[in-house]
Amino acid sequence: MDRDTTEARFPMMRLPMKQALFTVLALLISACAQQPPVMGSGDLGVVIERASGSLQIINTSDHSSLARVTGLGDLSHASVVYSRDARFAYVFGRDGGLTKVDLLKQRIDQRIIQAGNSIGGAISQDGSMIAVSNYEPGGIKVFAADSLQLIADIPALTSTGHYSKTVGLVDAPGNRFVFSLYEGDAIWVLDMSTPANPQLQKFNGVGKGPYDGLITPDGRFYIAGLFGEDGMAMLDLWHPQQGVQRILDGYGKGSEKLPVYKMPHLEGWAISGQQAFFPAIGRHQVLKMNMADWQLGQRITAHGQPVFVMSQPDHRRIWVNFAFPDNDTLQVIDVETARVIHQLTPGKGVLHMEFTPRGEQIWISVRDENRVDIYDTRTLQRIATLPAQAPSGIFFTHRAHQTGL
Amino acid sequence: MIANAALAEVTAQRRDSIAYTVQQDCGSCHGLTFAGGLGPDLQAERLQSIPDDYLIQVIKHGIPGTPMPPWQRFFNDEEIQWIVTQLKRGSL
Ligand code: HEC
Repeated sequence: MDRDTTEARFPMMRLPMKQALFTVLALLISACAQQPPVMGSGDLGVVIERASGSLQIINTSDHSSLARVTGLGDLSHASVVYSRDARFAYVFGRDGGLTKVDLLKQRIDQRIIQAGNSIGGAISQDGSMIAVSNYEPGGIKVFAADSLQLIADIPALTSTGHYSKTVGLVDAPGNRFVFSLYEGDAIWVLDMSTPANPQLQKFNGVGKGPYDGLITPDGRFYIAGLFGEDGMAMLDLWHPQQGVQRILDGYGKGSEKLPVYKMPHLEGWAISGQQAFFPAIGRHQVLKMNMADWQLGQRITAHGQPVFVMSQPDHRRIWVNFAFPDNDTLQVIDVETARVIHQLTPGKGVLHMEFTPRGEQIWISVRDENRVDIYDTRTLQRIATLPAQAPSGIFFTHRAHQTGL
Repeated sequence: MIANAALAEVTAQRRDSIAYTVQQDCGSCHGLTFAGGLGPDLQAERLQSIPDDYLIQVIKHGIPGTPMPPWQRFFNDEEIQWIVTQLKRGSL
């Protein structure tokens, strides 16, 4: 369904007339035309079509596309969080756009441009607030989830008086948000438990160039990847007074760091029991760490530089995609043996993957083939495919109920 | 002059493929519209005041100690000159 048809058919119409027409149409639709069927949203999701500023609303039960919603602006690097009723998708665009999309009415509910250049966001534990991470001007803005009214504006002013890009923004228990300052070499914790009185706790000197961050699914540990260091910065949110600790220091020792053609993503770190699997930056390796002592366990040689390292919901296998120029390939790692057990070549531009809530399928966006491929995670066979325009991120509604997603 | 020569040397088909790579794979750090991301704004307006030589060196060798990677493995000198010309024209 293309939401642009009215626009296309009456391009010359002036605004008041167009608005009148929209009102009439809206009345007509609500009065008589087809009532959308009553449906839940637990098996819905969105596929970002980044080059065309649109998204598709999809259904994972019957592998169908329900609608295309257009007019979302620049969606390079777009990401999505869901309202806790899993009805609304909040889409964070590169151009500072924050768009609230109604999955059930299959249209934009509200859209604002809140900054010049942004990089993703998070929803608070209670679902009442949306935080957005901005590059330009560097900082965090917090909005009411229902109205998109601004609640708090937190500029990322570093100790040297410069604005820093903010990265790795996640939600944490207690209506807190945690994020890192790329130029500021810092991790900040923003406590929004009293929205009228935001509290900021700053941890400086965490290491050079934090480029992304994640929070463990239990909401306890925040970990920032460091571009300029051979290690990561970890904050235990149960014991913040202990400060930020360096973990995995020197994890790259003994192998030369290669140029990085795409920054790895830490979101959705594959945590499987006491083991965590994550991308080595600048190396053709997936690293395995023991969460009990934060020590490096093993280096798993991979096809290229990993971008996303994602665990199946059953934690039995890890799926990995790669940076340019190896972005036509996916590898599957068996957790028990820490071995690559399968390799797929879906096509050029494998940008993202997403598991269905209980993990029987994985959806894979293949940008240059204009396809979303759906694989059975048990047989590793492709079971369906959907056309999409240069698809990038895929986000299913079960994210609504997971800390850090 | 150099730019024109370079234009002629880069075949049309190769140009399409370079343009696509620049848009998508430079775009992942500089934004699909080159408005900036982790890397700075590469839109025509901002690049006007920056000498070609500098831009060519940066694209060829990257900027050590930052995420900007070297691209000489993927593009030859003529192609990098062509990319710079196109970026400055805003036609990528
Ligand atoms: C992995 C991320 C990444 C990719 C991919 C990338 N860049 Fe960059 N680029 C950067 C960063 C970060 C900087 C700024 C480095 C600094 O000075 O701190 C930069 C700087 C530059 C500059 C210098 C701009 C200035 O004003 O000094 C140019 C030109 C440039 N990049 C062009 C390109 C081109 C062309 C491509 C693709 C062929 C590309 N970049 C791909 C991250 C990237």
